Amino acid sequence: MLGLPFFKGVRAETLPSDLGDHPLVVRGLTVSYGEKPVVFSLDMTVQDGSMTAIIGPNGAGKSTLLKAVLGIVPRLSGVVAVYGRSLQASRRRVAYVPQRASVDWDFPTRVLDVVLMGLARDLGLLRPVRDRHRQRALDCLDRVGMRDFADRQIGQLSGGQQQRVFLARALAQDADLYLLDEPFAGVDAATERAIIRVLKGLNADGRTVVAVHHDLSTVGDYFDHVLMINVRRVAEGPVATAFTEANLQTTYGGRLETGHVDQLNVGKIHVD
Amino acid sequence: MWINSTSARSMWIEALTLQLGYNATLVAIGAALLGIAAGATGTFLFLRKRALVSDAISHATLPGVGIAFLIMASLGGDGRHLAGLLLGAAVSSALGVAFMLWLTRRTRLYEDAAIGAVLSVFFGFGVVLLTVIQTVSIGRPAGLSDFLLGMTAGMLYRDAVLIATAGLLAIAAVWALRRPMTLVAFDSGFASASGIRVRYVDLAITGLVLAVTIIGLKIVGLILIVALLIIPPVAARFWSDRVDHVLLISSAIGGAAGYLGAALSAVAPALPTGPIIVLVAFALFVISLLFSPVRGVFSVWLRHRRQQRRIHLRQGLLAIAQDVPIYEHFTIALLLRAGFVRGDGVPTEEGRRQADQACRDEDRWAVARRMHAHESVVSRFDGLRPLESLLTVDEIAEIDRQLTERTECKEVAS
Amino acid sequence: MGGEFVMLSLTPILIGVLAAVACALPGNFLVLRRQALIGDAISHVVLPGIVVGFLLSGTVNSWAMMAGAAGAAVVAVALIELIRRLGGIEPGAAMGVAFTSMFAFGVLLLEQSDTSSVHLDVQHALYGNLESLIWVEARGWGSLLDPVALAGLPPELPRIAVVAILMLAFTVIFWRPLKISTFDEGFARVLGMRTNLIGFGLVIMAAIAAVAAFDAVGSIIVIAMFICPPAAARLMTNRLEHQVLWSIAFAVFSAVVGYVLAGYGPLWLGAEDAVSAAGMIATVSGLVLGIAALYAPHRQRSGAPADA
Repeated sequence: MLGLPFFKGVRAETLPSDLGDHPLVVRGLTVSYGEKPVVFSLDMTVQDGSMTAIIGPNGAGKSTLLKAVLGIVPRLSGVVAVYGRSLQASRRRVAYVPQRASVDWDFPTRVLDVVLMGLARDLGLLRPVRDRHRQRALDCLDRVGMRDFADRQIGQLSGGQQQRVFLARALAQDADLYLLDEPFAGVDAATERAIIRVLKGLNADGRTVVAVHHDLSTVGDYFDHVLMINVRRVAEGPVATAFTEANLQTTYGGRLETGHVDQLNVGKIHVD
Repeated sequence: MWINSTSARSMWIEALTLQLGYNATLVAIGAALLGIAAGATGTFLFLRKRALVSDAISHATLPGVGIAFLIMASLGGDGRHLAGLLLGAAVSSALGVAFMLWLTRRTRLYEDAAIGAVLSVFFGFGVVLLTVIQTVSIGRPAGLSDFLLGMTAGMLYRDAVLIATAGLLAIAAVWALRRPMTLVAFDSGFASASGIRVRYVDLAITGLVLAVTIIGLKIVGLILIVALLIIPPVAARFWSDRVDHVLLISSAIGGAAGYLGAALSAVAPALPTGPIIVLVAFALFVISLLFSPVRGVFSVWLRHRRQQRRIHLRQGLLAIAQDVPIYEHFTIALLLRAGFVRGDGVPTEEGRRQADQACRDEDRWAVARRMHAHESVVSRFDGLRPLESLLTVDEIAEIDRQLTERTECKEVAS
Repeated sequence: MGGEFVMLSLTPILIGVLAAVACALPGNFLVLRRQALIGDAISHVVLPGIVVGFLLSGTVNSWAMMAGAAGAAVVAVALIELIRRLGGIEPGAAMGVAFTSMFAFGVLLLEQSDTSSVHLDVQHALYGNLESLIWVEARGWGSLLDPVALAGLPPELPRIAVVAILMLAFTVIFWRPLKISTFDEGFARVLGMRTNLIGFGLVIMAAIAAVAAFDAVGSIIVIAMFICPPAAARLMTNRLEHQVLWSIAFAVFSAVVGYVLAGYGPLWLGAEDAVSAAGMIATVSGLVLGIAALYAPHRQRSGAPADA
């Protein structure tokens, strides 16, 4: 049992039982590509039914944290539990919205086909796409205001529209835990409103939402919980208690002027 | 079929000490010059992430060779005049490059598809022309297949001189253009911002690759010249992170491969020149891949293991200080081995001391991150090094003054 | 003309068509994944593979050589992955190192071993010998129903037919995982798909297609068929389903027209002998791509290219 020759990631097949059945529990997560860890010994507990923002400066490891949780990048150490079980066992309950720029939008396919990808687990390898599947995909597009674009080639969409299609695909997965990587990055105001409306709707429905977020001025309006990280965890908890000036200062270091923190509720600032 | 060891040793000695005879020495020098030119040019291609462009360029030479032969033969020559054939090769591979650029610029196709399309279609058409040449039976086509796989027999004196001269010219051209090409290869965005026309530099790189390919056709053949353009820079990349060093090392590897390969095949005529040159380069590559202390597999693996141990140990110590459970067997094993915990999982005296130390470092770093003065140090912090190695005693004292009695590190998450 | 056509041209055309389709099918996904040149790499290492196959078995048995070629393809793919992962080398350069070295090794073996007495040479590996795959027993269209005559079909035909059917089955059965993991690998992983396995399976399929097609028609048209029909098809449509159908159509067209031009073109021009059919098929596929690049309805990029 001791001194196993680990090289790549650590596989925790049997999870410790004292992690609880929170939507997402992370303990001691470290990701390192080279000499310097991108995420170091990070603990995180996502409360059921919360809207949690992950914030931190550029290069703080926000996206890497999500990817490591989802097994997209290997982790050097750490334990991840999703609803008290391994990710593998809880996959059906998790939906993921990657960064828009992570795919090639010149791929030859239509908007509706992308949303149908969210049903891949129901469809399996060979089950044909039936009207009810199509109807469900169209409903999801409707919820993000993209129903009229169902037959569009995806390359013809604007950035905001692409983001909404990705969200619709996640909606089609009908999950309990939604993980979103920078859903508001580089989108127009209308899209931002549409996305937050959908997310708040999900949350009202009892689903848990976790989003990597970069706009400090909207944290209070959009989210009820916050995780502040800069390689390691700085603070975690309800926005009211954790989203404080002292924690922001620790998270963003010298890059955030005290004056800016005072203006948080007044104007928009972007700290990256 | 294989050579026994004694004669193999004398063969190496002969090859290395230039006891090859006049003609063979000339060929070996020509091959070395070609290798240096290929290694240097290939570096820029590799760093621009376009290594396989050379594959398209080399395959696209074949129809040019065929057409040049047909033209020269129908004008009454024997069709095998080297300079004429190489001119034809240059023209057709320039056409191939133009077609490739046109496909990537004018259509939605990406570069890899364009490269593959050009190399297969041009090569296919070249093969059609070769069968035409056999059919019409003019001139003396024997020896044309050398262009596929390089020369198998000895080379004519005037051919060797041509190749050596052209190799020298290519090296001179690389030397003259090394600054703008290095800048573009290192960071094309920055190069463009500082007034360098990236497009022209790329064109110059492509032109040089084309020149090297043409020069190498006769010695190593059109399929294996690609190896000389790709293998040396890839091997050199394992030895350094600096562009100028990679350039020099790559040239050296290319030159060594060219010289050794040509010399070996001169001593042992059963060994064909082209493949031997490539295999020498490959051997140098394998050595670099495995054993380079900079980016070689073994040293990277050792560093990775060490890093993993350090991180697990640190995490284990922090967990002891925070009195939270440790979930990973590997962490526990490391703590046991270091004597920080006992077999029953209870921390030892030394373990507690180390854990408090780690915790205080974490707290100090949290304070340091809030202070502007230490921004540059903080950005370098890897989470593992002791604070003392980066900050002065006075700075640490200053940080300690700001440490409130509440110790953040020991606050366990709710 | 019936009898002569069936005997001399039917089987080579069929073999050419099936080989082209077998390569074009996986080619669609390779082109979209920007791995188009994996076909190039695989077809170069076929040469060392058959030489090793020959040296180990001591015969020019087709199966031994195909096994050698398949083994070489697997070694090449593994070597490329190794260089890419261990050294952090970009895929193009990793391929360049692997296939050129293996090719050089193949040429060296070929020169060192006594293969001159048998029909094993570089030319054959490169150009194949499509023209020679005639159906000697055929007496006319009626032979298609004659079991005796059918038994005399060139063995390459059933072989490539099986492989073409395998490619078709692979494409249909794994359509969804292939499509989703090609478009968005991270999302596919979160769905629980083994994306590494899918990618590896695709490359292995490509290797099988390349080896089978090479046995019948030679290396160069293998590379051409992996890339040109799918690339031209991509310019015709914006839907993957239609792209695959277009690529099959282009592959069939290139094979038929290329073969006919190679066989009869020189005769029409007054020459006596045919030219290389494999070369001509590659040339025609290139012309098809050129015309598509000029006139196809969806030749221009529509969205912004993906950030790296």
